[in-house]
Amino acid sequence: MSHWLVAPVLLPALLAPLMLLFLRKRLMESRVLSIASCLSLLALAGLLMAQANDGTIQTYALGDWRAPFGIILVLDRLSALMLMVTAILALAVMIYAVVTGLDRKGWHFHPLFQFQLLGLNGAFLTGDLFNLFVFFEVLLIASYGLMLHGGGAARLKAGVQYVVVNLVGSTLFLVAVGLLYGATGTLNMAHMGQRVAQAPAGDHGLILAGGLLMIAVFALKAAVVPLHFWLPRTYGSTSAPVAALFAIMTKVGAYCILRFTTVVFGDGAGELAWAPAPYLLPAALATMLLGFIGVLGARHLRQLAAFSVIGSMGTLVSAIAVFTPESTAAALYYLPHSTLAAAALFLVADQITRRRGDFGDVLSPSPVFAGAGPLSGLFFLTAIAVVGLPPLSGFPGKLLILDAVRDAPGGWWIWGFILGTTVISLLAFARAGSVLFWKSAATTGEIKASAPVAPVASALVVAGLLASLAALTLAGGPVSAYLNATGEQIYEAGAYGGAVLGPG
Amino acid sequence: MSIEFLVSTAVGVLSAAGIYLVLRGRTFPVVLGLAFMSYAINVFLFASGRLVINQPPIWGKDVAAYTDPLPQALVLTAIVIAFGMTALVVVLALRTYLETGTDQIDGLTDRSPTPLPPPEESAVLGPEASSSQEAGR
Repeated sequence: MSHWLVAPVLLPALLAPLMLLFLRKRLMESRVLSIASCLSLLALAGLLMAQANDGTIQTYALGDWRAPFGIILVLDRLSALMLMVTAILALAVMIYAVVTGLDRKGWHFHPLFQFQLLGLNGAFLTGDLFNLFVFFEVLLIASYGLMLHGGGAARLKAGVQYVVVNLVGSTLFLVAVGLLYGATGTLNMAHMGQRVAQAPAGDHGLILAGGLLMIAVFALKAAVVPLHFWLPRTYGSTSAPVAALFAIMTKVGAYCILRFTTVVFGDGAGELAWAPAPYLLPAALATMLLGFIGVLGARHLRQLAAFSVIGSMGTLVSAIAVFTPESTAAALYYLPHSTLAAAALFLVADQITRRRGDFGDVLSPSPVFAGAGPLSGLFFLTAIAVVGLPPLSGFPGKLLILDAVRDAPGGWWIWGFILGTTVISLLAFARAGSVLFWKSAATTGEIKASAPVAPVASALVVAGLLASLAALTLAGGPVSAYLNATGEQIYEAGAYGGAVLGPG
Repeated sequence: MSIEFLVSTAVGVLSAAGIYLVLRGRTFPVVLGLAFMSYAINVFLFASGRLVINQPPIWGKDVAAYTDPLPQALVLTAIVIAFGMTALVVVLALRTYLETGTDQIDGLTDRSPTPLPPPEESAVLGPEASSSQEAGR
């Protein structure tokens, strides 16, 4: 058993307390260590991705306690992909936070960031349901601190709501864990899948209740309608880099929906197979519509970005909810795209807001601000990515989803909603861009704004994110090959269970 | 009256009280509601290993039946996390009250139904970040 598997969890887990204890007042060292940690996580993700690409599912038994008695970390292609997305996003966000000086605005930014990465990486690797709960709590506790970082009354108000909503979510998570444990007698997901397959008909109601409650908790994290209310206010009032980092938090929910359903309610589950699917698809379609209508109705740039996250989650979950290898592969192409595009959008919005002085991020014409030319270019490219127009990766992403769901039940609904919402978001972004840049050119007056911090470096971070989207498009062939293999691995009967529990 | 009935009504009453309080408009009842809900869940998790009396959790020489030790470990973890979270949410609610002058969850003032004007982003050092850290430890 390779020990590399535990490194993405161990590295931030060691660094965070180290920084907290010894580097409290040494910003420079903290920054160096933080960026070094993000770079190493990127390298580790690359290594693990290369290892996972040979098709084996690696497991790591913590403390050498075998499954199902101990906690197991599992690395397959899906986990490796999620680690990679997290690492890329974390590096970009960390550089942006350092160059714009966000980490100077309060205490403990760097340790909290590492705790956040610890929770994220752990959630993507673990194969145990209660361990997943613990990693959820780790990433949530860190996210509370990060969300409130920098202070301010508006942020605190939104923070209370965010924390309360997530605490209720955690409570429901425990109810679901209790129900499933009571009915199946195990917490290991692969083992639970086998037990569900053998469960007597009398237990089906209890298992179904537990499973659907679990999906509801994941849907809360993924901001699926009607559990999306916390998102616009949270993402709209926190600092831009943190909002950009939170783009991966909703994807944790989507990942867990996919992992939990395929492992526990897979084809082998008999009557209970794919039980959550019929509930997920309508909810996802509603999410898509509501998100993009929110984009159209938004009066603030940050709000617009937050609603575009909801809309893209709808698109993603609708593709996942079909539960076929092809649709999952397409969804997994769209997942990194939507994460990085949403992050880029939040950072561009931040750049624009900083330059508009008192106008802030309100979508109304203001006099021309400094650097509007290059920024309009960045905004244009980001909008192309978020809406899903060629040449950036949103276009192949949506195309792959449309192609994959053609023959699925409800596939035409997905077609209609994706195409319709693309038009809506196209209108919304065209309007936002023309208000911010074109109409501004015709407005006279002057803007009083302090000179932006590190304008070139922060624009380069956004450009880097956009370049990664372009790379995702250019490398479409190899990426699709990897993702198709991922889709097949996820749905290969008994592969996950066999790897975790051993043959027989 | 069976012990199952006693435990299940206790869980039910605690959850009902918790849900009612969480839906209130002010932060203090909400914090209490969260605490009630976490108590309900702790009892519920404990019962998910079935209710047995006078049985050892781990190996005994002449024992035929055991109680399930796993839920007890889960409950311990859940208690620690819920305790930390309650501490965090209390501090957060206090700080929000001090900064915004209202303890309404939705941030509205007590008198008028209009929301407060958005205050400027302050560069005040945030002890709330450190308190969340303490809660997480």
